[in-house]
Amino acid sequence: MTELSAHLPQFQHGQLTENFPDNHLSNTNDNSERRRHDNSERRRNDNPESETNGQPQNNIQQVVEQDEEDDEELTLKYGAKHVIMLFVPVTLCMVVVVATIKSVSFYTRKDGQLIYTPFTEETETVGQRALNSILNAAIMISVIIVMTILLVVLYKYRCYKVIHGWLIISSLLLLFFFSFIYLGEVFKTYNVAMDYITVALMIWNFGVVGMICIHWKGPLRLQQAYLIMISALMALVFIKYLPEWTAWLILAVISVYDLVAVLCPKGPLRMLVETAQERNETLFPALIYSSTMIWLVNMAEEDPEAQRKASKNSTYDKQAPANQTQNEDAEADDGGFSQEWQQQRDNRIGPIESTPESRAAVQALPSNSQTSEDPEERGVKLGLGDFIFYSVLVGKASATASGDWNTTLACFVAILIGLCLTLLLLAIFKKALPALPISITFGLVFYFATDNLVQPFMDQLAFHQFYI
Amino acid sequence: AFFWLVSLLLASLIWFISVHLSDREDAKLQYGLLVFGAAVSVLLQEAFRFAYFKLLKKADEGLATISEDGRSPISLRQMAYVSGLSFGIISGVFSVINILADSIGPGIVGIHGDSPYYFITSAFLTMALVLLHTFWGVIFFDACEKRRYWCLGLVVASHLLTSGLTFLNPWYEASLVPIFIITLCMGLWAFFTAGGSFRNILKCLSCKQEDDSRVMMYSALQVPFED
Repeated sequence: MTELSAHLPQFQHGQLTENFPDNHLSNTNDNSERRRHDNSERRRNDNPESETNGQPQNNIQQVVEQDEEDDEELTLKYGAKHVIMLFVPVTLCMVVVVATIKSVSFYTRKDGQLIYTPFTEETETVGQRALNSILNAAIMISVIIVMTILLVVLYKYRCYKVIHGWLIISSLLLLFFFSFIYLGEVFKTYNVAMDYITVALMIWNFGVVGMICIHWKGPLRLQQAYLIMISALMALVFIKYLPEWTAWLILAVISVYDLVAVLCPKGPLRMLVETAQERNETLFPALIYSSTMIWLVNMAEEDPEAQRKASKNSTYDKQAPANQTQNEDAEADDGGFSQEWQQQRDNRIGPIESTPESRAAVQALPSNSQTSEDPEERGVKLGLGDFIFYSVLVGKASATASGDWNTTLACFVAILIGLCLTLLLLAIFKKALPALPISITFGLVFYFATDNLVQPFMDQLAFHQFYI
Repeated sequence: AFFWLVSLLLASLIWFISVHLSDREDAKLQYGLLVFGAAVSVLLQEAFRFAYFKLLKKADEGLATISEDGRSPISLRQMAYVSGLSFGIISGVFSVINILADSIGPGIVGIHGDSPYYFITSAFLTMALVLLHTFWGVIFFDACEKRRYWCLGLVVASHLLTSGLTFLNPWYEASLVPIFIITLCMGLWAFFTAGGSFRNILKCLSCKQEDDSRVMMYSALQVPFED
């Protein structure tokens, strides 16, 4: 979600180490969306949050009392800039994912499935396959919903420490373990000889700097780069471990869930946002990508997935989709932790729940001084879950489409246009909006249409060397 | 780019339906359907270009009303250029990216009797197409703005002609050369439509410092009289 008034902790794949009560974004990008929406909401509620503040919700800025017109003018004026500010990271994340998919075969090889998706898709009949994928998606989504609700509950009861710890452990796992695997696979692909000492040094430096940047202070660009990298890593894990039909179904259902969770009055994410607003807290910053960073403390974003994973670990057999947005708010963003990650994490450190509550708790901690919001510096926030799901869509398109690059490009354009439209709606409605539905819908429509309709047409044209 | 993609989607849908409704084995019919599909696609592209023009016009009015000095920050000419360029880029990319991807892999061009110049001519054709779309965009928007419908008709006709000329591939002399001639003509036309002239070119080439023709109104800077 992109929130103008980032009140609510929006965490996207956040560090699961923190259990925020807020429903943080479960693996979906709900959080990011919510965050976006939050901003708009904030304005409505006259929250002190500044609009499109990429900052963590810690800063609750007083809404500038301006004329409606001034607001609108400013919003529209900076709206275009914000759109570009979001296009670049989303594009970068997608480019990284597509480049990896195309070159490193590890991520397209089938090496089993997550416990959250226990039913296999290698079945005899189409009907069986469809049934299995529906069941897989249902399990994933229910895990997400449960985690999101758990997060909201935790947030409500202020178990901030739990959330905080959760998120930190989650981001540790993501930054160290997943990137180690990624590096290993890249080296294997290019047949680079490497010794363990060098790798240890590289991963150590990468991970430690990442932890500092994301959870504490760091240059804005570096923090953005790290968030993009962990989103890409997360998306790659999803692409690898989710079977085809399950992945498409999950994407579709997640965007519906995001829509419901953010906009319905009783939706978990909305409740999270409202609770955070009541307490004048900011949402978890670590799980949100912000285009301008003003605040100092980044709270680990709730990673719904992480949370889910944590809960999942205890039941390894069940492969609940890590993407479940358990805590709508917090869950929506699973902090970029895939289920596998979660599973591994659970295996290593025991089930840890990062709930929105914990996150909220962490957020409630006295925040550092907030810099004043300068209208010039207002940025826009997008949850990491959104990044992850966009990248999953484009990555899956490039991995499995028959139209290959045409399909990938069509999905890419569709997602960007969806993002544009969502930002436009954000500027109009000025409240937290889900970032997933429009983009994912466009992306899915374009994927299936391009793969089945456009590709044979273009193929025939190219065969005869006709141009249209 | 999005609009172009949607137009391509619709055209593919029409072609797909027509192919499925027809006899798959008849090669001539399939060929005819392909030509028909291409023509439909061209017409749809131009229709969507027109739709995009309408959308931009509305956005332009909106931007003008909320801006400080009553003028929109982007002129319609710039929008025309950007729209044409994006149509061209997405059209070119869709035409050529798979060919480029295949050209990396092992293989021999034209081993089954096709032209061995496939790659290079594809590259040139794509370049011509990108440029053409840009020029068409500029001319199209200007024609819609000034309501010169014959210009519009000419743009659509030249697009159809270009697409038709590609049907003559691999007889590259008959297709590539006329297409480049058309590109050149369209380029000149777009240049003059956008307000260029020989004088502009000369001024640009001579790198002369332009005299600042703005005159300071010193009276405006005076301290008001104190009575």
